[in-house]
Amino acid sequence: MADNTMGWDEFEIGAMLRSFDGPIKDIALTPQEERNYSPNNSFTASVADWRIEKPIFNKDYCIDCQFCWIYCPDVSIVSRDKKMLGVDYDHCKGCAICVEVCPTNPKSLLMFPEQEDEEAAIASWPEKEEKEK
Amino acid sequence: MSEMKKIKNLKEFSTSADRFEGANLLCPGCAHSIIVREVLNATNDDLILSASTGCLEVCTAVYPYTSWDASWIHIGFENGSTAVAGAEAMHKALKRKGRLKQPDKEPKFVSFAGDGASYDIGFQWISGCMERGHNMMHVVLDNEVYANTGGQRSSATPIGASATTSPAGRVSYGEKKNKKDMVAIMAAHGIPYSAQVAPNKWKDMVKKIQHGLEVEGPVFINAMSPCTTEWKFDPKDTMMISDLATDSLVFPLYEIIDGHKLNITYRPKNVIPVEEYLAAQGRFKHLFKDEYKHLIKEWQERVDKNWEMLQRREEAGV
Repeated sequence: MADNTMGWDEFEIGAMLRSFDGPIKDIALTPQEERNYSPNNSFTASVADWRIEKPIFNKDYCIDCQFCWIYCPDVSIVSRDKKMLGVDYDHCKGCAICVEVCPTNPKSLLMFPEQEDEEAAIASWPEKEEKEK
Repeated sequence: MSEMKKIKNLKEFSTSADRFEGANLLCPGCAHSIIVREVLNATNDDLILSASTGCLEVCTAVYPYTSWDASWIHIGFENGSTAVAGAEAMHKALKRKGRLKQPDKEPKFVSFAGDGASYDIGFQWISGCMERGHNMMHVVLDNEVYANTGGQRSSATPIGASATTSPAGRVSYGEKKNKKDMVAIMAAHGIPYSAQVAPNKWKDMVKKIQHGLEVEGPVFINAMSPCTTEWKFDPKDTMMISDLATDSLVFPLYEIIDGHKLNITYRPKNVIPVEEYLAAQGRFKHLFKDEYKHLIKEWQERVDKNWEMLQRREEAGV
């Protein structure tokens, strides 16, 4: 009978994944577009197919308050130099928190069906709502 | 020592480069990643992180992907805190012996765990870390249930919540035991800093995290993390539920310094009734039936009593 048992030192010791390729320095000061991500980093993956609705950004009404940036669970609001630039549709799961926390009137982020054309959506943007007194 | 990152306002904060990546598998609208981002962005220092088994761990390290841009380890359900404590002890020892490769760097040691891994399963391990005085921070992502395995009750589940092992129905109103006061238990270890935070109060959170990383010794942070799946609300309402929790004082924000001095860090301008907080979540739906309505009153009384106790402790200043 063949001995199929394994010794303690023959098991897999676990997995180690590298987030970046090559040497890295001061990741906390390097914006995402300048990082050398390895294929094991989930940044290189996408969850876009989770969405049925997507947020569309209308910069005309944006006041760069950054509420959407801080409350986005999926690092999908692209903000650089204190300016809100847009939505990262590779990583957005369509939870609509950004739309909920947007304080402008009308909102500068709104949810639209996934197939909606961005220009058409911005053209059909709602007017400013008058507050009831 | 490295300098503390200056974060005066949200615009300044938004220049941070995230060290936590998207395309993790957390539910849409999950507060876990909001909390993790707020913690990691509070500092520019190198980080040594761990996560105990739980939603955060299984969703951010799905082979072959990792969502962490810092040194991160997962071992077991209970020992995320001790793994980081061990790394911290090693760092200290190598530094003393002059064998560190980058002696000028002062990495920060942070362990993340859910309420199951902190309140129940990893309790003894965390208690050990706090007692031994490691220079680390333990952050609990408190969603008041074992969300990862399908919503079993934990000792953080509050009275009246329906969980899969304490379901509400004809004979029961759900969980019957009160939530464990973990912040007080950890403060009783005499640790330099323990605090309660919520993701919607980002400024309060960042202030506490920065203070926690700055002090020498173990730090315990209890972060409320509304769970869209198990608390049963719409993913877009995560921040609304957080606001309800902090403004109804169900989840008061305070800090305890050196194990005794308590400061309340957030006083809502308009305190809203607990009923509104309960009504917003599916897990408390049954409390609005006639036979269980008395529980809502009890909830309010309990929350009021707790708030009174916190205020008195703050006034006493001892």
